[in-house]
Amino acid sequence: MGEPATKEVLNLEDLQVAGGVSTGRKHVLSILSENKPGVLARIAGLFARRGFNIESLAVGPTDDPSISRFTLTVDGAAHPIDQVTKQLHKLINVIKIRDLEPEATVARELALFKISADDNARAQIMQFTDIFRGKVVDVSKRSVTVEVTGSDDKIEAFEQMVRPFGLIEMVRTGEIAVSRGRGTT
Amino acid sequence: MRAVDAIIECLKAEGVEHVFGIPGGANLPTYDALYDGGVRHIQCRHEQGAGHAAEGYAKASGRVGVALATSGPGATNLVTPIADAMMDSVPTVFITGQVRTDLIGTDGFQEADVSGITLPIVKHSMMIQDPREIPEAIHTAFHIASTGRPGPVLVDVPQDLSRADIDYEPVDRVNLPGYQPTTEGNAKQIRLAAKALANARRPVIYAGGGVISAEAAKELTELGESDRFPVTCTVMGLGAFPAPHDHWLGMLGMHGTRAANYAMDEADLICCIGARFDDRITGKLSEFAPRAKFIHIDVDPAEISKNVPAHIPIVGDAKKILPKLTREYRALESDSARLDGWWERIRNWRDKHPLRYEDSVDSEIKPQWMIQALYQATGGDAIVTSDVGQHQMWTAQHYDFAKPRRWINSGGLGTMGFGLPSAMGAKVAMPDEQVVCVAGDGSLIMNVQELATCVTEEIPVKVMIMNNGYLGMVRQWQELFWDRRYSSVDMGSSPDWVKLAEAFGAKGVQLTQKESLVDDMKEALAEDGPVVVDVRVTPEENCYPMIPAGQAARDMVG
Ligand SMILES: Cc1ncc(C[n+]2csc(CCOP(=O)(O)OP(=O)(O)O)c2C)c(N)n1
Ligand SMILES: [Mg+2]
Repeated sequence: MGEPATKEVLNLEDLQVAGGVSTGRKHVLSILSENKPGVLARIAGLFARRGFNIESLAVGPTDDPSISRFTLTVDGAAHPIDQVTKQLHKLINVIKIRDLEPEATVARELALFKISADDNARAQIMQFTDIFRGKVVDVSKRSVTVEVTGSDDKIEAFEQMVRPFGLIEMVRTGEIAVSRGRGTT
Repeated sequence: MRAVDAIIECLKAEGVEHVFGIPGGANLPTYDALYDGGVRHIQCRHEQGAGHAAEGYAKASGRVGVALATSGPGATNLVTPIADAMMDSVPTVFITGQVRTDLIGTDGFQEADVSGITLPIVKHSMMIQDPREIPEAIHTAFHIASTGRPGPVLVDVPQDLSRADIDYEPVDRVNLPGYQPTTEGNAKQIRLAAKALANARRPVIYAGGGVISAEAAKELTELGESDRFPVTCTVMGLGAFPAPHDHWLGMLGMHGTRAANYAMDEADLICCIGARFDDRITGKLSEFAPRAKFIHIDVDPAEISKNVPAHIPIVGDAKKILPKLTREYRALESDSARLDGWWERIRNWRDKHPLRYEDSVDSEIKPQWMIQALYQATGGDAIVTSDVGQHQMWTAQHYDFAKPRRWINSGGLGTMGFGLPSAMGAKVAMPDEQVVCVAGDGSLIMNVQELATCVTEEIPVKVMIMNNGYLGMVRQWQELFWDRRYSSVDMGSSPDWVKLAEAFGAKGVQLTQKESLVDDMKEALAEDGPVVVDVRVTPEENCYPMIPAGQAARDMVG
């Protein structure tokens, strides 16, 4: 306990609430877990049970085969994010959770857009694809399929652009992310 | 050796002397190992009974309770006790048999995905996939169940794997990279809490079952006595602070005392220890303790600021934190006179609103008197379990629990039928203690089959039925909030409890006279074997005082 307690007055009015506050922004959580059966079900079940909304979820192996990584995005306006992370920490298989700061994070998502396209639409779509640094990955007589990688903002912007042509299908992976710089996420 | 023999070795290594359960196809190998394995198996009559018995065992002793069941229906019968143990943080391990690995996923005979079914209601669960995992899984289960915030852990063992031959070597540590409960408590926060207490003029200590789980009742009392701090406990915390006591406000919450609830309402600082601001405590959240700042001490960080935002959170083990807090507080030598006005107000509430009831004009037994009589007949020192309903609340109000682990009930889940099996488990754990179940007539019938277990396994629990002929608590709500439209709450005249007790081979008695009640109870308690006492009480008595659901402490009625 170190130094002796001071007797100076503490005004109870000055005490501030700790935690439990909504941040009002999107959070990207990077979760390392043991690679054991059922972890995905545990995480998904926890979100459903506590009424937390998962906006997107990506799961995959890491460089260590005994460990998996979940990257999930949650709306911090709807739920106090510390409550979400604390509940996640209670899952025994969850090893580490990082709430990635947007400025210190590189986040990417991959999306596939299948767009209906006649001959003259095709040219325009390919032009947009170029601007967004996307790739045409399949073409048929009446459609093109485009691959776009980037932040979710970029993917949503591309979606806006091509929707008028007739969006047949869109598939998104959900964001994955790493922290910037030398340190591990 | 066979994996199942290793399971028994692991149980013994964990110090387990008793397990509760029922055999079946998928756990036949386990039962073969139990045959001469050196652990006493209490053969229950329903897996739910076995599960609650494991809970009662754990709550009475602080040791991990163990229940076994076969796959499918055996496992699903454990669902209620598992949920109950989760809600009340009871250290328990449930070992279920599962169908053979080649049948899993095929809707095989008696297959049920018990890990899936129980996923939301366990602290952790493990489905065995390789027989060599079994020893470590068992020890892991015990470790997780009993450390941090305790809770239920399920181990599901497929039948073929349990028969496999393995090289058993004692396991001396478990590998859980994601599980390290915080215990010490942050020193700065503890100091801040001491300071806040020293500057509070209207403080209240609000303690819950966590204090009992942490074995910190003595430490709580020392904190309460480090100044004239008023103390209240939740229904789960009763016994954590000795009642009666100068500082004792009584229980708080829906059926708590006015002194406790009004003190919470007017407090400027509430120090919550091992409790979780359940809606039965807070009532209407927006009007709960509107003037208070909160210190929240809990071993589970997720409880902090879950329902009520904390100003001074302290994560850790109450047994370690409370002595530090007391020491820090004493060092501040704050002037106790600042609490004079507060105590005057509290005394005023206490004097004006003691727990009271109107006595009967004839010899009819009032339910409140039944509990007071039981207190006298047991010298106030029995282990008392209860079911769920009015009788539970009256017991909480009128049996002054002076020690921890004397009051065993289902608080979080509110499970009718909890009383008898949990009493059975408590008696097995603490054979030298007097164990009494205060049962509801509606609740007891839900697990009455365990009387057979008590008789055949010679577990001499005493069951005191508060027989009001009703699902009383529901009837009370229908009377008060649903225009007295009594819908499906009358229990009729069945069963004849004395005959039922006798049919099971227990002794049965019926009591109807208030004057001789204490002596009659003493006589029943003095019997050697299990006894069922059918105490006829006023049918339509209401449990007061009461905060109607969703209302504020100020709106207490009765
Ligand atoms: C398993 C279960 N089913 C239903 C309920 C709802 N419930 C709460 S109290 C109660 C009445 C209990 O009756 P009894 O055991 O006779 O106790 P009393 O209130 O009459 O003392 C009921 C039905 C419950 N808590 N648990
Ligand atoms: Mg009743």
